[in-house]
Amino acid sequence: MRAISNNRKALNTAIALTLGLLMSFPILWILILSFKSELDAIGNPLQVLLSGWTLDSFSVVQGRSDYLKHFSNSVIISLGSTFLGLLVAIPSAWAMAFVPGKQTKNILMWMLSTKMLPPVGVLIPIYLLFRDFDLLDTRIGLVIILTLINLPIIIWMLYSYFKEIPGEILEASRMDGAGFMQEIVYVLTPMAIPGIASTLILNIILSWNEAFWTINLTAAKAAPLTAFIASYSSPEGLFYAKLSAASIMAIAPILIMGWFSQKQLVRGLTFGAVK
Amino acid sequence: MAPSVLLLLGWMLVPLTMTIYFSFLRYNLLDPGTESFTGWTNYYYFVTDPSFTDALINTIFIFGGVLFITTIGGIGFSLLLDQPMWKSGLIRMLVIAPFFVMPTVSALVWKNMFMNPVNGFFAKIAIFLGLQPFDFFGQAPLLSVIWIISWQWLPFATLILLTALQSLDRDQLEASEMDGASSFSRFIFIILPHLARPITVAILIQTIFLLSIFAEILVTTNGGPGTATTNLTYLIYVQSLLQFDVGAGSAGGVIAIILANIVAIFLMRMIGKNLE
Repeated sequence: MRAISNNRKALNTAIALTLGLLMSFPILWILILSFKSELDAIGNPLQVLLSGWTLDSFSVVQGRSDYLKHFSNSVIISLGSTFLGLLVAIPSAWAMAFVPGKQTKNILMWMLSTKMLPPVGVLIPIYLLFRDFDLLDTRIGLVIILTLINLPIIIWMLYSYFKEIPGEILEASRMDGAGFMQEIVYVLTPMAIPGIASTLILNIILSWNEAFWTINLTAAKAAPLTAFIASYSSPEGLFYAKLSAASIMAIAPILIMGWFSQKQLVRGLTFGAVK
Repeated sequence: MAPSVLLLLGWMLVPLTMTIYFSFLRYNLLDPGTESFTGWTNYYYFVTDPSFTDALINTIFIFGGVLFITTIGGIGFSLLLDQPMWKSGLIRMLVIAPFFVMPTVSALVWKNMFMNPVNGFFAKIAIFLGLQPFDFFGQAPLLSVIWIISWQWLPFATLILLTALQSLDRDQLEASEMDGASSFSRFIFIILPHLARPITVAILIQTIFLLSIFAEILVTTNGGPGTATTNLTYLIYVQSLLQFDVGAGSAGGVIAIILANIVAIFLMRMIGKNLE
């Protein structure tokens, strides 16, 4: 590797940092506004920066619209659908990666094709089925839907991780006298955990931000944060400090998870086509 | 693997069959009990409705515009982020952060806090500079929607291309540099061919999502003014859940599925090759 001069590096850093700040500026800006009073928040940008700080908006958002209820709905729906999805997908991906049959490849491709189905194409049947089964505006209904729409991604991602576990290691453990159960518990599981963990994180992110089914299938009771924020499209959204506080609380958990899953995100979202 | 196959099979077949079945019925939720078979009537009315043409054009503009911005921007951003620098992890996170913001938040924050012609950030800056604030959603609603969606997807394209760049053979680049290749010809002859596949993948995957854009339109414009920002997904939503016309909505749904499938075929080929 050639040595790169510090000047060159400093220039790169400066340009890239400017770009990064511009891209994330809306997020940084609402972070600032969420700690301002409503009056200061509509001032000009300089006034906003110089005005005092307050936590009022956060408590107002909670008091006026029961933020915590929507937050817990989001948590339950995204965690519920992720764990349910993993439960179904781990055995499938395992079987396809370690005991592939003739049809495995076709089944994988077909699973992927279900992801290509535009949600609006099945909006009406799902809506009517939900109505008839009393699933409208329930968390369990959304858990089911989000599990189904994300299942292909989960299976593909797990498959691509399991596939990377070398078969030789199984042979080696068998030579050393490991039984079938020991093989799974001591050899395969530890190697599979990083893959399962990144699948889990990506799927929580996707479910948390899903905004078609969550908006169309919920009303007051089961609405997660996506639907809650959509309710701010009324004139209420012009209260900048409150909108900022609600938004920051809605995106913070995912931004933190996103930090840890940048690389895995690519693999998961491209179905392994880019690694 | 049986349970997951069965689940997905059910998920696919049951609603799909119902959509196709409904699309041939006269079926309005406000008028229950009058369902009757009408053949292709729903399709005829859905396709000849002027808002269908508008929606189709808007859909194409949205995905064309967003793809243009994210692809060109993504190549530029990823080349920049691939350079040696300090704090690259932090900077990369700043660039890709918008991708993690839920659609309703990014749409509302842009619309109310930045593009609002009275109190929005851009209006304040314009007033400060002595200019007339621009009414983004009044004057250029479709472009504003495209802008917001691009902001969300540019990080995605950047991330994919950056990941691909990092698997580029450095020796090859250095060798070409020693042989006197300019940075422009290195870009054209080495980097771009290497990026061709990931660019295609990024475009196809985004297309799948961009054809189904919904929340960004719902919270910013409700498809308006008129049908200025109504895309196919939003039109079908209006037909079925706001006007309760199950038949016409289903016919639209079938059309949306067919359009998405055309894209899907190309995407599946790309991904399928990777399985070899």
